[in-house]
Amino acid sequence: MRLVLPPAVYDDIINHMLGGYPLEACGLLVGTAQEDGATQAVRFVPSPNLARSALVYTLDPKVHLRAERDADDDDLAVIGVVHSHTHTDAFPSPTDVAAAADPSWEYVIVSLRDPSPSLRSYRIDGDTVKETPVLIFPTGSVGN
Amino acid sequence: MSDVVEATLPTVSIRIPMILRPQVGGAKTVNATGATLGALFVDLTTRFPGIAGQVLTADGELHKFVNVYVNDDDVRYLGKLDAPIKSGDEVTILPAVAGGAL
Repeated sequence: MRLVLPPAVYDDIINHMLGGYPLEACGLLVGTAQEDGATQAVRFVPSPNLARSALVYTLDPKVHLRAERDADDDDLAVIGVVHSHTHTDAFPSPTDVAAAADPSWEYVIVSLRDPSPSLRSYRIDGDTVKETPVLIFPTGSVGN
Repeated sequence: MSDVVEATLPTVSIRIPMILRPQVGGAKTVNATGATLGALFVDLTTRFPGIAGQVLTADGELHKFVNVYVNDDDVRYLGKLDAPIKSGDEVTILPAVAGGAL
């Protein structure tokens, strides 16, 4: 299990998270799920945080609808969601775990607590949280 | 002339999100018939009872953990389950995405 983020996608994520500061920011990851369980991100779709809060986020359903349709057109899928934690670790909060709907999604969290942003990703299945190694690497096979 | 109105109910396509596809036999879209969203959901949940608890509350209201659209419009602004459905509409169900540091 791993998540491959092309450098440009990583930069888009970090810029959107920093742009939302001091509020939490959010967006969707679009890409492909590979046979070995790895996930390849192709693009990041930024969303406004409808909760406009430093503590919680609500993704804009309209952004979600458009992202799903565009992904479908490109033979891609929405593979996960990204949000920032402005003052805490990049680890899923009880709210994140309770709200996580899809065990096949990557739940990417960017912590902005320290001067340098920290990005980590998790699969959440019920109450079980498992970290996914993240590889910042261009699109394509990366071998093992 | 008769006043009889053609009473054919619309049959439309409902897009099912990945996490609910096991409840509808793995299908990406399912057709359902009805003149309102509520009627579509009665048709849908009659044929696929497993999806009922995922889209509707015990009181029969729209579940807050899903977002439902008719074409591009969120049904919360179209009368929720009373949202009118016409032939050619496309209904999409998506899970609500939320969380946070709390």
